[in-house]
Amino acid sequence: MTDDTFTTPREPQLIALNVNGEQHEVITEARRTLVDVLRHELRLTGTHVGCEHGICGACTVLVDDRPVRACLMFAAQAEGARIRTVESLADGSRLSDLQRAFSEHHALQCGFCTPGFLMLAEGFLAERPEATKEEIREVVAANMCRCTGYQTIVEAIDACATARRRACAQACHSKEN
Amino acid sequence: MKPAPFQYHRARDVAGAVRLLAELGDEAKAIAGGQSLVGMMNFRLARPHHLVDIGGLRELDRMHRDADGALRIGALTTHHTVESDPAGTLAQGFEVLRRAMAWIGHLPIRTRGTVGGSMAHADATAEWCLLAVLLDAEFVVRGPLGERTIAAGDFFLGYYTTALAPDELLVEIVFPRTAPHAALTEFAERRGDFAIVAAAVDLDVVDGAVRGGRVALGGVAAAAIRVPEAEAVLTGGGSFDACASAAAAAADPPGDASCGPLYRKELVRTLVRRACEEAMSR
Repeated sequence: MTDDTFTTPREPQLIALNVNGEQHEVITEARRTLVDVLRHELRLTGTHVGCEHGICGACTVLVDDRPVRACLMFAAQAEGARIRTVESLADGSRLSDLQRAFSEHHALQCGFCTPGFLMLAEGFLAERPEATKEEIREVVAANMCRCTGYQTIVEAIDACATARRRACAQACHSKEN
Repeated sequence: MKPAPFQYHRARDVAGAVRLLAELGDEAKAIAGGQSLVGMMNFRLARPHHLVDIGGLRELDRMHRDADGALRIGALTTHHTVESDPAGTLAQGFEVLRRAMAWIGHLPIRTRGTVGGSMAHADATAEWCLLAVLLDAEFVVRGPLGERTIAAGDFFLGYYTTALAPDELLVEIVFPRTAPHAALTEFAERRGDFAIVAAAVDLDVVDGAVRGGRVALGGVAAAAIRVPEAEAVLTGGGSFDACASAAAAAADPPGDASCGPLYRKELVRTLVRRACEEAMSR
């Protein structure tokens, strides 16, 4: 077996990551996934680890504004990209509109999947602010929730999107006047 | 689980990636989006000693049309880029590719997964492999001896096996002709799962009538296959039902824990008919 005779040097390497607008340098093994570096090296434990093979979506973060599975990406691959985690949503103790919508619509119970759903919705709505409820339903199928049955998650994301559109319309309207 | 240790190498250009792959030999693998490879490494189903990261090779992240209408997709184009088609490259003839993307995993998989990675991984049910076989795609690969082009029929050799040599890199996929009346559909146990069976058809429609076409299946053999028996029905003016039945009769699918061969044959019948009807409606 080549695996037994081959010894890969475990030299740690320096990885520079831009997370939530801050530049970090970590010294770690190449085999560390992005989610493990976020949690263990940067102590950003809001991002959760579930299945580690891209099925459950608990580890979803934004990489260059797009939702991705942080368990299916090595941290080294994320060098040079802008990473956003769930910790970036709230402003101090003030929750974001999306987080408040989740709370108001009871879109969480145990909360384990919630950071993944929040970042999935955050990335999706930024790209498709005009998303319909059907599109939202399709997109949240990417992540697993074993508590809510999804209905309340769809309603929370839809309510947030609707409120953002209304606010945008008012802002645009007042600007024109 | 966590991946076994490996050495990470970042390629700066295609020539550098090819040189690294040649130097490092069989124990090296190229990684693009990593949506299949990282999961396999997490479970130690794959234990490459070296990873050559080609993710930064921006020159491979592009889609454009040739003067003759052929579509050229760089290997690092993501499924999500194809799905959103920001420059309208797929208009007039390649909308089937854009629509087929919805079947690939979920949004956060499509934002990272690449066309070239999917082709090189060669899952027997992968949508891209099925589309390549259906539409006679050509694979442009670069190795230490230069560039060569491989036809789709010669590229997929079996389960997770392609004609790519260990030191060759897939750089571009060419779809030589438009497919205005084409469709892909599939069935999986859950939305976003690997298909149990996938079917795709590309009809030749002249003055509103079907004059022939191509029929391809995934999930019924070690790689995506064309079904000449079903294509003959289309050429002979037969109905979509007859075409679907011919495909089901010709398919010799394997059985596994999730379903047996007879169930897969029934799926072939249903999905080929659905794909024909959708293709015709375009």
